[in-house]
Amino acid sequence: MELFIASIRLVVASILICVVGYATVIWGVGQVINPEAAAGSLITRPDGTVVGSRLIAQKFTQPKYFWPRPSAVDYNGAGAGGSNKSPTSTDLTDRAREIVAQYGATAENPLPPELAAASGGGLDPHISEEAALYQAPRIATARSLSQSQVETLVKDNAFAPGGFLTPGRLVNVLELNLALDQVGTAQ
Amino acid sequence: MFAYSILFVVFIVGGTALLSWPLGRYMKWAMDPDAPDVGAAGRFNVIFQAFGGSITRAQQDWQRYLIAMLIFNLMMFVVSFGIMALQQYLPLNPDGMGAAEGSLIFNTATSFTSNTNLQHYSGESTWSYMSQLGALMWLQFVSAATGIAALTALARGLAGKGMGNFFVDVQRASFLVLLPVALVVASAMVIGGMPMTFQGSAVATTLEGVQQTIARGPVAAFVAIKQLGTNGGGFFGPNSTHPFENPNFWTNAIELISIIIIPMACVWMFGRIIGRMRHATVVFGVMLALVLTRTAFAVYFETAPTQAFAQLPIEQTVGNLEGKELRFGTTSGPTWAVLTTSTSNGSVGAMHDSLNPLAGLMPMIGMWLNEDFGGVGVGMINMFLYILVGVFIAGMMVGRTPEYLGWRVEAREVKLALLALLTHGLFILGGTAIFAATPWGQDTLNNIGPHGFSEMLYEFSSASANNGSGFEGLGDNTVPWNVATGIVMLLARFIPIILPLAIVGSLMTKRRTAESAGTLGVEDGTFAGMLVATILVVGALTFFPAATLGPVAEHLIYMN
Repeated sequence: MELFIASIRLVVASILICVVGYATVIWGVGQVINPEAAAGSLITRPDGTVVGSRLIAQKFTQPKYFWPRPSAVDYNGAGAGGSNKSPTSTDLTDRAREIVAQYGATAENPLPPELAAASGGGLDPHISEEAALYQAPRIATARSLSQSQVETLVKDNAFAPGGFLTPGRLVNVLELNLALDQVGTAQ
Repeated sequence: MFAYSILFVVFIVGGTALLSWPLGRYMKWAMDPDAPDVGAAGRFNVIFQAFGGSITRAQQDWQRYLIAMLIFNLMMFVVSFGIMALQQYLPLNPDGMGAAEGSLIFNTATSFTSNTNLQHYSGESTWSYMSQLGALMWLQFVSAATGIAALTALARGLAGKGMGNFFVDVQRASFLVLLPVALVVASAMVIGGMPMTFQGSAVATTLEGVQQTIARGPVAAFVAIKQLGTNGGGFFGPNSTHPFENPNFWTNAIELISIIIIPMACVWMFGRIIGRMRHATVVFGVMLALVLTRTAFAVYFETAPTQAFAQLPIEQTVGNLEGKELRFGTTSGPTWAVLTTSTSNGSVGAMHDSLNPLAGLMPMIGMWLNEDFGGVGVGMINMFLYILVGVFIAGMMVGRTPEYLGWRVEAREVKLALLALLTHGLFILGGTAIFAATPWGQDTLNNIGPHGFSEMLYEFSSASANNGSGFEGLGDNTVPWNVATGIVMLLARFIPIILPLAIVGSLMTKRRTAESAGTLGVEDGTFAGMLVATILVVGALTFFPAATLGPVAEHLIYMN
């Protein structure tokens, strides 16, 4: 019986310290150091409406925007997930075939691989610099910009995620599209 | 690419190995202070006795220690079950989560009590913040603390000291080991951009004018202890592939380090308590070699491109990207897959179901062996079982009395050790056989052919290894899966804690002999070789036929 009493005492103590105390401290750290990220890195317009989160991919289908990687959950920010298909699965082949047709990729101008492969959470906000440049001609046409204007924008927005530890550079699709809209309105 | 892969693995695994040394030293001080009644250790002891009551003052023998542990774990199960079952009536539920189904609550409570964190749900659509923090995150602390306490007791017994007191040890592990490290890591996560909010979902209007609901929550606190306690249960469904659960390259690196640092430090703590650091170094070396071997294979196999794209005009230069995030780099996925299964963590940084067939075999082997470095505390306990068997076989081979640290190892101890090791195979192979032969398993698969078999094999491996990762395509939120894996998780958690403590209890009744020149050494290369051989024969060969039916068959059929 005293084993049960001691256990209950420790249940209470550990919940108070490791849940209430710990979570409150970390919440406080977030409020002091990084309140914007602590709330989910949301991007808001001047009028206060939320456009999205810079960490969460959103769906783009219009030709004038850069398109993100495919999503097995259709960019559902409240129900993320991957395809969980084996890389040998014909389901992936069928999905990739549609995407290839969408981009009009050919053997001479092959599609960058991540544009055909869904991410683990279906919400990967990035594509590679190459995958963005690959889409530049379409966007330039849709927006009546020169291709070099779009390419410059891509290069200005590209970053190396792990510095010298990672090869290649990435762009954030939502931020890049916001920058694109800025250029559009400037003209 | 090759050079970047090596650089990444060395940076993560090598860096963590260095960090584990001071942490192991600290853990020895925290868990088993030389002078528990004076100085800072003494002041903490007063606090722990105040929390736990008078029962914390007495030494416990191995039976009492175990009973105390089981009763505390029973309370963990009951309290967490209650919180989850009542979540619709409790506060901290901004997104209005409703009642969860009974067998899912059972499965989740056993899963987090047993330090497994197998998840048959998606957190963002199932649990309130109250359930996530008050039930699940709490269990992530105290279940990990239970493992560290058990290892401490085992090591004390082997050192010829009393086992200690569970109620003191579990507090030391929670408050002195896990809490301070979690505070550091969670703060780093917040600085790295991870959400930590009690507000409900945000609703965005996208640039194309569509509504997007974005689930968020107190993620940073949860993720830190998820990784440090080899728990692995994600706040969101896709775990650490979700951008909120792993926003960038640097949080990813910290999470990878957090996965293995405490299991590594447990080996050093064990060595310090038994007073044999050379022995601990050899054991650490064996574990490290096994982990690095599997990492190398996984990274190599994952450089093969996505086979499904072979006939299409798609560039095939960077390996398989299905189920992976770009921001972590290409090496992170397979590296994470190996580390998270080596340690019984079970969080994922890439979707294991979408790994290339032989890359997906490496995490399975990690769970079958389950001792390098293994779960916090329990990994070293599993290794202790292999050491006993190895010492026994070596002794028989050369005709000497088998001894470990001066304790005579006899038939009784070896029987118990083998029993503990073989139940692992029984749960995995037996469970997979039953589900593969019936609609319980057949109707829940997401992939056909050998890969479907791999999904079931992986699920039982994960449950029995108390790992928690999955080939997540499996439709596992069904009553048969919830009940079967729930039972396996409980048995596979407590049998490999109860039997080793019984072994040490049995050893302690004998007279300890001084080691002499005639004793088989446990500090040299011969011992290391013997240990590796024992692990591969007992641990890996058991599963070879099953591996052939799943990943190996898939590789041979589909990969050209």
